[in-house]
Amino acid sequence: MNITLKIWRQQNADAPGQLATYQVANVTPDMSFLEMLDVLNEDLQAKGEPPVAFESDCREGICGSCGFMINGVAHGGHRGTTVCQLSMRFFKDGDSLTLEPWRARAFPVLRDLIVDRSAFDRIIQAGGFISAPTGGAPEANGILVPKDAAETAFDAAACIGCGACVAACPNAAAMLFTAAKITHLNVLPQGQPQRQQRTLDMVAAMRKELFGSCTNHGECEAVCPKEIPMEFIARMNHDLRRATLHPHGD
Amino acid sequence: MLESKVPSGPIDKKWEQGRFEMKLVNPANRRKYSIIVVGSGLAGAAAAASFGQQGYHVHCFSFHDSPRRAHSIAAQGGINAAKNYRNDGDSVRRLFYDTVKGGDFRSREANVYRLAQISLNIIDQCVAQGVPFAREYGGLLDTRSFGGVQVSRTFYARGQTGQQLLLGAYQALEEQIAAGSVTMHSRREMLDLVVVNGRARGIITRDLVTGAIESHAADVVVLATGGYSNVFFLSTNAKASNCTAIWRAHRRGAFFANPCFTQIHPTCIPVTGDYQSKLTLMSESLRNDGRVWVPKKAGDKRAPGDIPEDERDYYLERRYPSFGNLVPRDVASRNAKEVCDEGRGVGPGGQGVYLDFADAIRRLGEAVVREKYGNLFDMYEEITGENAYKVPMRIYPAVHYTMGGLWVDYDLMSTIPGLFVAGEANFSDHGANRLGASALMQGLADGYFVLPYTVANYLGSNVLEKVDPSQQAFAEIKNHVHQQVDRMVNIRGKRTVDSIHRELGRLMWTECGMARSEAGLQKALAKIPALREEFWTNVNIVGTGEELNQSLEKAGRVADFLELAELMCIDALNRTESCGGHFRVESQTPDGEALRDDEHFSYVAAWEWTDKGWNLHKEPLTFEYVHLAQRSYK
Repeated sequence: MNITLKIWRQQNADAPGQLATYQVANVTPDMSFLEMLDVLNEDLQAKGEPPVAFESDCREGICGSCGFMINGVAHGGHRGTTVCQLSMRFFKDGDSLTLEPWRARAFPVLRDLIVDRSAFDRIIQAGGFISAPTGGAPEANGILVPKDAAETAFDAAACIGCGACVAACPNAAAMLFTAAKITHLNVLPQGQPQRQQRTLDMVAAMRKELFGSCTNHGECEAVCPKEIPMEFIARMNHDLRRATLHPHGD
Repeated sequence: MLESKVPSGPIDKKWEQGRFEMKLVNPANRRKYSIIVVGSGLAGAAAAASFGQQGYHVHCFSFHDSPRRAHSIAAQGGINAAKNYRNDGDSVRRLFYDTVKGGDFRSREANVYRLAQISLNIIDQCVAQGVPFAREYGGLLDTRSFGGVQVSRTFYARGQTGQQLLLGAYQALEEQIAAGSVTMHSRREMLDLVVVNGRARGIITRDLVTGAIESHAADVVVLATGGYSNVFFLSTNAKASNCTAIWRAHRRGAFFANPCFTQIHPTCIPVTGDYQSKLTLMSESLRNDGRVWVPKKAGDKRAPGDIPEDERDYYLERRYPSFGNLVPRDVASRNAKEVCDEGRGVGPGGQGVYLDFADAIRRLGEAVVREKYGNLFDMYEEITGENAYKVPMRIYPAVHYTMGGLWVDYDLMSTIPGLFVAGEANFSDHGANRLGASALMQGLADGYFVLPYTVANYLGSNVLEKVDPSQQAFAEIKNHVHQQVDRMVNIRGKRTVDSIHRELGRLMWTECGMARSEAGLQKALAKIPALREEFWTNVNIVGTGEELNQSLEKAGRVADFLELAELMCIDALNRTESCGGHFRVESQTPDGEALRDDEHFSYVAAWEWTDKGWNLHKEPLTFEYVHLAQRSYK
């Protein structure tokens, strides 16, 4: 197949960016989307042109490094799939695809398709943990965790921190990311002592980083490669109300 | 020369005895010490968080944008611990025994015993952090069994155990970052180690966004930078996993142990074309119900369904009647290579064998197979476009883990005082073959429970002079790093970094992969220096060193792989026995199985870098508690 790519090129955070058009010939259906970009980059370098900068690492959908918009859809629009798992089988000869970085005020572009997602780390720093200094832990089976709670915690903890939810949201909100971590920890018995404070602090950190607010569009859930449900945002809002009214517990 | 510093006493008392003899650093004094931790995977994040909690000044470095991206995140299966919650005969002693035997008797007994002891604490620690392990209905922890052992001791979080353990360590690390005890340096790559008066005292890094070369000083340097499977270009490792930190430390004096010990996983999705960027692992559990076969006739291009039963060779069942398709990883991998070398491989390029579920579907029904393996079949279809319920899967082995690494003593200190090495980056616990679900255990054991003691002991027993990044020793090495970056950028040749890396990978896979021979290794040793020369005269890096430049990042890593590859071949050539993942074709039993040579090779090969080549140092291995025995799966 022959594919036309329009890719956002921007040399650094301060430089202006623009779309540049490239043709990639001889794309086979067995290639992954990123392997097609690898081929493009080999061609560009052979011509002495700078390769397209994009992030990826594990290339199996778990590290959360990769991600950009393909024709306006985060990760390309295949349910439960990161862009590194996206196969060229899903595209056809002559397709024209526009690739752009995540667009959000809290995620400044560093180069081409790479953005700075360190705001996510700062939200975790605000309270996305259970304080358990090494060595002080009780015997593991001394803490009973109902199976349902463990399953819900896992569903939330499956978040890979890729940032697609923010990119897809018309408000550039980080509600799904933050709610997933709050749910993971707040649903577990181990997470109860810090539950109120965690919720207040993480929500405050999210606002400080200039992420927007949720207006129930649901775009985040639609593009989330781990299919994390919006229901967790409702849980977070519930915990936030509770923590605001009773900051020191019920 | 090589002092393993194993404490005296019976094996089950060594760690206790060792800890009692160790010097401590009192809490008020800890803030006077600074510790550099390079890497933020399981071992690095666990160590950095623990040091921070204790009150040291910690600087943690990662080339990723966030510590949570480290490749530990991709581990699927689980983590072993000798909790014996199943009441099925497990114990510290048994986990120790399984690990020493599984490693084909090439690991240090005392280290492995400590690992088995600490496994108990790891699960406690992770549960307290909120890791969502699988649970029974009563709320207790669930376990499952895993390859090569007879007890159920593997704790897991669906198929994403590595992710959940890493997030636990990452969150503990982020808490310390917020508290100010750890300073996180993301998007920084370590490019050299600074040794002052014989001690590791700092590192030189490159800021991957601005290109700035920076010096960092500390009292101790910990490397937790993972393994080097990507020397083969194609492996199951993440794209950026590399050997640069340990290799540059090696060139500053840290000995490299057992570099040729690599683990090759038998069930990966085969390569489909020249553009292939990495390989994807499929869980080994598939071999429980799938039957492995190839056509009997070489060059048989018929579709699998058109090949009648009597023209198929179920070669594992034929050669290993008692274990059949469930032989260990190394045996399964080697046999797949042999049948493909005979021209009987299947799929494009002929580098694949069938893993056929037709019998299982007939016996159990498609619904049962779907229930057991549905997610794996889906993943296979996503990548290959083939429906494995209808046509057999195609699989082929791929490099997966490296048991070799920097040599460390019992305290995890390298041959450079003050340089500690943890996780896959060291050589210590897995011998010549790692058992499933043991990598996560070792990474966390090193980070949470070994280094906090041994690093304190080092700080408490040595008087360390003040060092400063502005002093001569730092300036010289920083200058050296600058020059190396400039030199690479200015070659302006004709080949891309990836094309040279792929060529190296193919050579290593052919000559230093699943089966190694003297002739093949000699051939590789003749070709590697030429390829290195090609790199340093003909590589083309577009752009400069003063910007975000991914080709330059890759180039630095490939330059190091081009040196490490040579040492791997030298080590493989030196070790004329077969053991674990290292199979020398000259050393096999009459029926073609791996043959160890305990009389001559019961040692750790620790290589010292010199300007004229490598010197071999041997750490003898003695087995007092597990008796040496040859493995058999017939």
